[in-house]
Amino acid sequence: MKPDGGQLAVLAGHFALLSLFAVGGANSAVPEMHRLAVDVQHWMTDRQFTDLFALAQVTPGPNVIIVTLIGYRVAGFPGAVVATVAMCTPTCLLAYAVGRIFDRSDGAAWQTVVRRGLVPVTIGLVAATAVVVARAADTGWGTVAISLASAAIFYAWRINPVWVFVGAALLGLAGLV
Amino acid sequence: MQAAPAKPAPKPSLSELFVAFAIIALLGFGGVLAWARRMMVEERRWMTAEEFNETYAVCNFLPGPNVVNLSVVFGSRVRGPLGSVVALAGLLIPPVVLVTLIGMLYARFGDLPAVRHMLAGMAAAAAGLIAATAAKMAGPLFKSRAIVGPVIALLTCAAVGVMQWSLPLVLVIVAPVSIMLAAANQYWRPR
Repeated sequence: MKPDGGQLAVLAGHFALLSLFAVGGANSAVPEMHRLAVDVQHWMTDRQFTDLFALAQVTPGPNVIIVTLIGYRVAGFPGAVVATVAMCTPTCLLAYAVGRIFDRSDGAAWQTVVRRGLVPVTIGLVAATAVVVARAADTGWGTVAISLASAAIFYAWRINPVWVFVGAALLGLAGLV
Repeated sequence: MQAAPAKPAPKPSLSELFVAFAIIALLGFGGVLAWARRMMVEERRWMTAEEFNETYAVCNFLPGPNVVNLSVVFGSRVRGPLGSVVALAGLLIPPVVLVTLIGMLYARFGDLPAVRHMLAGMAAAAAGLIAATAAKMAGPLFKSRAIVGPVIALLTCAAVGVMQWSLPLVLVIVAPVSIMLAAANQYWRPR
C-alpha cells in the first residue's frame, strides 16, 4: 500500500472536522465515518466497514481506534497515524484550553442546559450507529439472531464483550450465519 | 460534604501517568470509562469521586472521544502541558499499536472463508452491543414523562442512521433546537 499525500490530506481533513462533531464520544460519529468511507470516498465496502467496526470493538482501548483501522485501510501505517492524530488533535486542544479555564468551576447553569440538550442527540447518534452496523451486518436469519441475542445479553448483564464476540465468531465459523 | 476517607495520593509523576493510562486503555474492553474511574478514584486515589464526576462532565460536554479528553484535562492539571501529552500517549499508543496489527491481519487474511464467517458473526454481535448501549442510555429519557427528549433522539437517529444525512448538517439544526428546548424546560420547571 503506497500512501500518497492527497489521500493522507483527505483523511486528515475529514477526521479533524469530524472530531468536532462527535458529541458524546467517538461512537456518535460512526454513521458519519460510514458515510464518508463507504458512500463518499469509496474507500471500502459496507461489509468491510462493518468488519472494521467489529474489530475495533474487540480490541481493548478507547472507541476512537476505529479511526486507526480506517486510516490503515486507506493508506497503511501513515494513514493509521494521520487519521488517529487528526481525530484527536482538535478536541484535545479544546479540552486542554477548556480544562484550564473550568478547572475548579463546576457546571455553570448554561453548561447544564447545553449538556441536557445534547443528551438526546447523543443517544440518537449511538442508535444511528446501531442502525448502520446492523443494516450491513444482519444479512440473514442467523446474523439477526446473533444481533438480538447479543443486544439482550449486553442489556441485561455487565459482561466482558470478548466472550460474546468469541461466541459469535464460533457460531459464524460453524456456518450458522 | 463527606470527608474523603484518605488523603489523595501525591501528584503522579510523568511515568506513573503514562503507565496508569496505558493500563486503563488495555483493560478497557467496550468502555474505558469504568476503568478510568476505578484507577483514578479507587486505586491510585488521584481524584475524589466528586472531582472525577466534575472533570468527566466537562469532558463529556466537549466534542470528541471522552476518555481522550479526560486524559488531556487530568494530565494538564497534575503535570502541565507535558502531563497532557504523556497521559494521552499512554492512553492511545498501546491500543493503536494493537489495532494496527489487527488491521494488518485483516488486510492479509480478511478474505479467507473461515475468517469471513467469523467476522460475519462478530459484526452481528457488534451491532447488538451498540444497540444495547443505545438502549441503556435511552432508558432514563423514555422513563421521564417529557416527550421532547425521545422525539429528538428518534429524529436524530432517523436522519443520521436511516436517511444517512451528513452529521454536521444534522447537528447544526438539531443541537441548537434541542438545547433551546432544554433551556425552555428548565425555565418553566426550575429545579
